[in-house]
Amino acid sequence: MTLDLTAGGGIVWALLPEILLSICAMAVLLAGVPGGKTREASGDRADSLMRLALSGIIGAAAANAWLHGVNVVGDSGMIAVDPFRLYGNWILLLGAALTLLISIPYISEQRLQAGEFYSLVLLATAGMMVMVGTRNLIVLFLALETMSIAAYVLTGCNRRDRRSAEASLKYFILGAFSSAFLLYGIALVWGATGSVTLPEVAETIETGAGFAGLLLAGMGLIGIGFAFKVAAVPFHMWAPDVYDGAPTPSTAFMAVAVKSASVLAFVRVFLEAFWLLYDAWYPVAWWLAALTIIVGNLIALSQTSVKRMLAYSSVAHGGYLLVGLAAANEISTAAILSYLLIYTLMNAGAFGIVMTVGGHAENRVELDDFAGAGWSRPLLGVMFTIFLLSLAGFPGTGGFMAKIFLLQGAVASRLWTLALLLALGTVISYYYYLRVAWYMWMKPPGRAEATEQPAAALALRATLIGATALVLVLGIFPGPLLDGAMAAADALGLFSADGLLGLAP
Amino acid sequence: MTEIVFYALAAMALGGAIGVVLKSNPVASLLSMVGTLASMAGIFVLLEAHFLAAIQVMVYAGAIMVLFLFVIMLLNLGHDYEPDLRRGIGQFLAFGVVGTIAGLLARQLRGAEDNPVYQFFPGPEGMDRLLAEEGIVGAIARPLFTDYVIAFELVGLLLLVALVGAVALAKRRV
Repeated sequence: MTLDLTAGGGIVWALLPEILLSICAMAVLLAGVPGGKTREASGDRADSLMRLALSGIIGAAAANAWLHGVNVVGDSGMIAVDPFRLYGNWILLLGAALTLLISIPYISEQRLQAGEFYSLVLLATAGMMVMVGTRNLIVLFLALETMSIAAYVLTGCNRRDRRSAEASLKYFILGAFSSAFLLYGIALVWGATGSVTLPEVAETIETGAGFAGLLLAGMGLIGIGFAFKVAAVPFHMWAPDVYDGAPTPSTAFMAVAVKSASVLAFVRVFLEAFWLLYDAWYPVAWWLAALTIIVGNLIALSQTSVKRMLAYSSVAHGGYLLVGLAAANEISTAAILSYLLIYTLMNAGAFGIVMTVGGHAENRVELDDFAGAGWSRPLLGVMFTIFLLSLAGFPGTGGFMAKIFLLQGAVASRLWTLALLLALGTVISYYYYLRVAWYMWMKPPGRAEATEQPAAALALRATLIGATALVLVLGIFPGPLLDGAMAAADALGLFSADGLLGLAP
Repeated sequence: MTEIVFYALAAMALGGAIGVVLKSNPVASLLSMVGTLASMAGIFVLLEAHFLAAIQVMVYAGAIMVLFLFVIMLLNLGHDYEPDLRRGIGQFLAFGVVGTIAGLLARQLRGAEDNPVYQFFPGPEGMDRLLAEEGIVGAIARPLFTDYVIAFELVGLLLLVALVGAVALAKRRV
């Protein structure tokens, strides 16, 4: 089928995954109106709502698969139908689906508002998908706000928990602050180049027209806005508190999907619009990546709460991804995509297990609560160990392959120091990831209650097993994943053999 | 004549904006903001964007600001506030950053008409032609529902998210 993006109908078809997701979100919202009276009734209700939401994600995934095959002519300047967007959509849909699947027991245990929770997850995902796919800075801003506002609410959706409310307020204020930076940056870029679409901005920069100083200021502000969303040091202050205070399903969603969408939009804007200014933004990206890796890993070392440790380590993972941005070549861009996919699997899985071991509450996520958990619940213990090894980047797991691709990308652009820092950060992360595994298998259980917990729900267990299997399979056969990522990176169509280094006038 | 009116309105807008930051009483800063928005509406009229001016007065200066005022009065009636602007280095830093951006803007806009980018902006003649062809409402409505329809629909989604979020966070019984 051929899509003509200059016609109205073409745009509708091009946005089919997002549209299906939004429609399903509204259906979930409507179906969630009559809440259950008792705990069991509301649990059943949450279960069926989750199934409805999941069907929306499957529909969107089918539409996304269909978009792989269409032939696109014309350019609306609003939305791109390129493999980069479609690959990003896979990552985001996977993140959303995992969030939904691991959240059922938590939601019925904590009696969260299931309808609102699931529909906000879907709406946020629709926003993220537009954010990754758009070529227009105004649409990008709107999509980012859709994602962010949903994330603020998801952070604060546990109304019985004071820390959830505190985290939500903190996130809201700092998030609004960073959105203002982004918007002002977009306004300055418009003033400097007369356009808000990425290809036109790049064209103006290429012809040398436009106002250089204003453009640099705008680019800097846009960069700050994205750095906030990615939680890059020194703009990371909000991340640990928010990740720690939010209900764990929301934390998982933020750590995987929100971070993926921000990183991908960051990459698209800076590679598609500002690639000729690479010499100007490359040092900044370099320092952001270096600081984020060092600080994220060092602080994660000293955490005693597993949830907080995962929060800081996700800051460090953001640093690894920024290495890919700083390298800015075809391999590193493909590496970012495949890293995000694997990271989504293993991080969502890890949060799912933290949730199960913590008894679907927030007060049992300390290291001591994991003591002996491996022996009392062997399956969970083994899966958690695999996720932790993969997060640390142990050979044989998906996380290892993802890091190798990133290293390859960094080396291709001759960023030796960053490559070294990436390896060093990985070594540090071995300590704090494996410490949890050590507690699980080597320590006697500290508290009596830790041994008598209900078995994990079937859907949760199946999801975790599936994620574990995928992490292992991708660690051994990463080929198809990387091929897709290379095609997606290729679609941005900017790369010479060894990155953008030295291309700028 | 137009220039005198413009400078008067611009001075009022700036004075209002400074008032928003400097007043210690929230109600007073809010009223300063109403002043700024009303002056901006006047500037829109000078640009012959009458529709935008009307919307500016009705939506911003009217509805949103009144809502703000209600909220402030309901929540914090009768409290006095200490100005909580950070003194010292923070102040210098803030003014430094704002000053740099303002200076940059001023420097860039000098001789702006010679820059090739300037052709992207319609300019007075372009605006006149557009208004003659489409009328003031059509000039906004047509692009809104054709070129920018994705942005328009996305705003709808954004408002839905905000609405659902507000209800989920604020409803009485959970």
